[in-house]
Amino acid sequence: MSIAVEQITETLDCRGMACPGPLMAMIGKIRQGAVGNVFEILSSDEGSKTDIPAWVAKAGHELVEVIPETGYARFIVRKTH
Amino acid sequence: MEQDESLSLVLFSGTDDKLSAAAVLAAGAAAMGRRVNIFLQYWALDAFRKGQPGVDHGFAPDATPAAAEMVRAHNSAPWSEVLAQAKDIGDVDIQACALSMDAFKLSRDDLDPLVDGVEGVAAFMASATGAVVFI
Repeated sequence: MSIAVEQITETLDCRGMACPGPLMAMIGKIRQGAVGNVFEILSSDEGSKTDIPAWVAKAGHELVEVIPETGYARFIVRKTH
Repeated sequence: MEQDESLSLVLFSGTDDKLSAAAVLAAGAAAMGRRVNIFLQYWALDAFRKGQPGVDHGFAPDATPAAAEMVRAHNSAPWSEVLAQAKDIGDVDIQACALSMDAFKLSRDDLDPLVDGVEGVAAFMASATGAVVFI
């Protein structure tokens, strides 16, 4: 499933942050956000590749897409509750 | 998020590498909805005295000079910051060991605000259900 850029509510640029920084920053943002919001997290941390999907599944939100870029990945997450 | 088994950490060592490793474990567990109980003994407690987080506490003897330099140059957040984040997003309780407090002649006011209180070992064990990790 893909998501149009205009549907993204907020982008969180965590590139350069070490593990578990991007995950911690993302959790704070998602908790503050409104249900239905779509967050884009940019992370160059290898740990994020496993940690962000694990947290999203545990928290019961939706991992819409993971897009690999050069030197980082974009994680698209929808807050579902 | 449903609550799973808690993580209990006994921190003994006061070097920055071991405190960082412990902080990362605590943050991961807190993120995944697990309660984290931390008990500070000896040199770890010393590192949690007021004004001590942020001071260079060196590395464990395992660290070679070259490897230590790589860790120092890495952009990872300081352990005190990771613990503060863990407390923000989850249920993390940090208690100072009453015996170590007594040995160092410390009172509650001498400790960094990251520390939630002072506990005897039996009180810690009452909350530390399941395995205890010693670092």
